[in-house]
Amino acid sequence: MPVKNFAGKQVKVDEEGFLLNPDDWTEEIASELASAEGIDELTDKHWKLLVFMREDYKENGKIPTIRRIKNNAGIPVKEIYSLFPDGPAKKAAKIAGLGKPEGCV
Amino acid sequence: MSNEKINKVSVIISKGSLDGVYPGLIMANGARMDGIEANIFFTFFGLETILKKRMNKIKVATVGNPAMHLPSLIGILPGMSAFATAQMKKEMEKLDIPPVPEFIEMVHAAGAKLYACKATVDMFHLTKDDFTEETEDIINVAKFYEIAAGGEIIFT
Repeated sequence: MPVKNFAGKQVKVDEEGFLLNPDDWTEEIASELASAEGIDELTDKHWKLLVFMREDYKENGKIPTIRRIKNNAGIPVKEIYSLFPDGPAKKAAKIAGLGKPEGCV
Repeated sequence: MSNEKINKVSVIISKGSLDGVYPGLIMANGARMDGIEANIFFTFFGLETILKKRMNKIKVATVGNPAMHLPSLIGILPGMSAFATAQMKKEMEKLDIPPVPEFIEMVHAAGAKLYACKATVDMFHLTKDDFTEETEDIINVAKFYEIAAGGEIIFT
């Protein structure tokens, strides 16, 4: 398995760069992952979504769907798409240090 | 896995049953989730999906559907379709698949464009007012091909 260097830390990732172990995640890693995805700065709105995703994952063992983010974190779908343009499902999960989403919605 | 990325899909939804409507909605919504441009063209009975008065009443067909594992004679009993629909909706809710009206709202907010088929609209004597506000326009086939140009077309 590939290993990537984030903020001076060696972290295991899959072929597409998703963190293999969510516990390796730090805020610095999130910022680096985000800039690699073309998001220059993580705003409070980004953090709110990322923190929700991580907490929800911890509780349920599943990466939350967009619908769950909308209904449970109260973030409108339009906002989710504008915070993580060109594919919010995968991008947000990646930056949150979670794996690749498995569901279809 | 190919390195070539799909940039645009145009999905045609032509059926008005639950199992006729969901695959197309999931395909289009899934496209947007992955940054792919998406259009949905609702035609014939598929139009029910975006009709204000009908979108909440879409049901599973229990007759003439061998995969239901239910003899058609039983499928015709009153309430069978409603029962099967309720069961299926329960299972879909577990997977976080939204009911039709919420799904239309979501896929539209996600940036997909929804179109109604002009020929069907005329055939059923409908007007723009009959459709949900998410409906972009009523268009003919020629316009559909213009919009779909350069992308993939999926018929359901």
